[in-house]
Amino acid sequence: MARMKFLCDADRCIECNACVTACKNEHEVPWGINRRRVVTINDGKPGERSISMACMHCTDAPCAAVCPVNCFYTTADGVVLHSKDLCIGCGYCFYACPFGAPQYPKVGNFGSRGKMDKCTFCAGGPEADGSKEEYDKYGANRLAEGKLPLCAEMCSTKSLLAGDGEIIAQIYKERVMKRGYGSGAWGWKTAYRETIES
Amino acid sequence: MGSIGRFSRLAFGAWALLLLLVAAAPAPSSAQQVNPTASSVKEQQLLQELNRIQGRVSIPDQRSGVLEQPAGRDWREFRNVTLRWVGGIAILGVLAVLVIFYLSRGMVRLESGRSGRSIVRFTTFERFVHWMTATCFIILALSGLNITFGRPLLLPLIGFEAFSEWSQWAKYAHNYLSFPFTIGVVLIFLMWIAGNIPNKVDIDWIKRGGGLVGHDHPPAYRFNAGQKAIYWIVVIGGGLVAATGYELMFPFYVTGIEGMQTAQIVHSIVAVLFVAAMLAHIYIGTIGMEGAFEAMGSGTVDVNWAREHHTLWLEEEMARTRPNDAQPQPATAAE
Repeated sequence: MARMKFLCDADRCIECNACVTACKNEHEVPWGINRRRVVTINDGKPGERSISMACMHCTDAPCAAVCPVNCFYTTADGVVLHSKDLCIGCGYCFYACPFGAPQYPKVGNFGSRGKMDKCTFCAGGPEADGSKEEYDKYGANRLAEGKLPLCAEMCSTKSLLAGDGEIIAQIYKERVMKRGYGSGAWGWKTAYRETIES
Repeated sequence: MGSIGRFSRLAFGAWALLLLLVAAAPAPSSAQQVNPTASSVKEQQLLQELNRIQGRVSIPDQRSGVLEQPAGRDWREFRNVTLRWVGGIAILGVLAVLVIFYLSRGMVRLESGRSGRSIVRFTTFERFVHWMTATCFIILALSGLNITFGRPLLLPLIGFEAFSEWSQWAKYAHNYLSFPFTIGVVLIFLMWIAGNIPNKVDIDWIKRGGGLVGHDHPPAYRFNAGQKAIYWIVVIGGGLVAATGYELMFPFYVTGIEGMQTAQIVHSIVAVLFVAAMLAHIYIGTIGMEGAFEAMGSGTVDVNWAREHHTLWLEEEMARTRPNDAQPQPATAAE
């Protein structure tokens, strides 16, 4: 089985936000929720880099560890998913997540955050693959259709890679070899406790 | 043979030297190759500097500008390990001490029996405030402990769906009952502050073990040192859990994610210690002491109870209310 991962090649990301838009459109994510966002560091200064970030589907995921109702599960592909039926909207996963992935539809509302929403690696949720219930709660299940996450598919510079960790690491390594530089796989050390030697 | 070996070694050495020189000297042909990452931001460097990486986002949600915050791992360790140990030891420890105390000392009896005459200890309003706060506290405590201990203890027993349903309602109760609880803490602070300022009598009371050990009855005004301790635990502890709780209920109004992690740590640690302290309070107010519960139950206590546990208060009350009728006996008679 593959171990699905995201990899953002910061040296290619141009902050076009196509991944953000693709994600919002594909899953009909409600207003105010962003499963993916592009963060620009040192904006306008020398050495500026942009990184597209969503749930990294961590190894030994912190969200799953701290969830009071144990609503998270990891699929055979290493994708971290959760059940919105079990989620009580306590906000704990957000405190634990190193990447700020969990989102709440009613952030700031009187004592209720609502059911947590996050990137599913386009793999839906616990409902039957491709069902309407699954789509309504979690968005499209592209993985079940044999497709990879749309954010990476749509990436204009192929900065964002999504797929089997070993394959995307190999692609990244080859790039770095060819062009002679690379600022590393952002978030990998935190998410997967490993990094790509370049 | 020896000379061939020496020659080949020499040749190898010369080649190695040549290669080293070529590598060291910048080759004019490839000098134009630039390294765009030479001055770029580095993930590990940023993490080492601040333990978080923050930038600018172009979406409306500016809070999502935090790219990485590995501090979440420390919080996870606290929430899953530290808190469970601290809470478990504090609550089970106090329970164990209370059980041992009850088995060895038993209920603190009214030594002079009941006089049949009673005196008002708490007004209706005081009792209403006490029980409003107490009811809220019990529900808040159970729903709060559920968040920390429910997953390992209760979930395996009742299953995912039932546990989630219960936890959802517990969370609503926790959030909404925080308001009457906070009002109760504020009212408790205001209405009993006068009797809860520590004074010299308290030192003597503490030195004599509060009369809990042996059959001593150190004098006390309306509230003895133990009750004052409970009062300040409620006021300070209640204030802390309320402030940090609202910080968590209204995310990003006061602080960002690091502030919420700290708030959760303070909230949960104070809360488990609060629960442990309240167990002792509930014990002494019910099965721990004869005649104590009626103070908060009916609002009146037996005069002999007041004489044994709150001599100075009884004297004050007697002097103030019905100086001719009661004819208080000297305090020594009851001792």
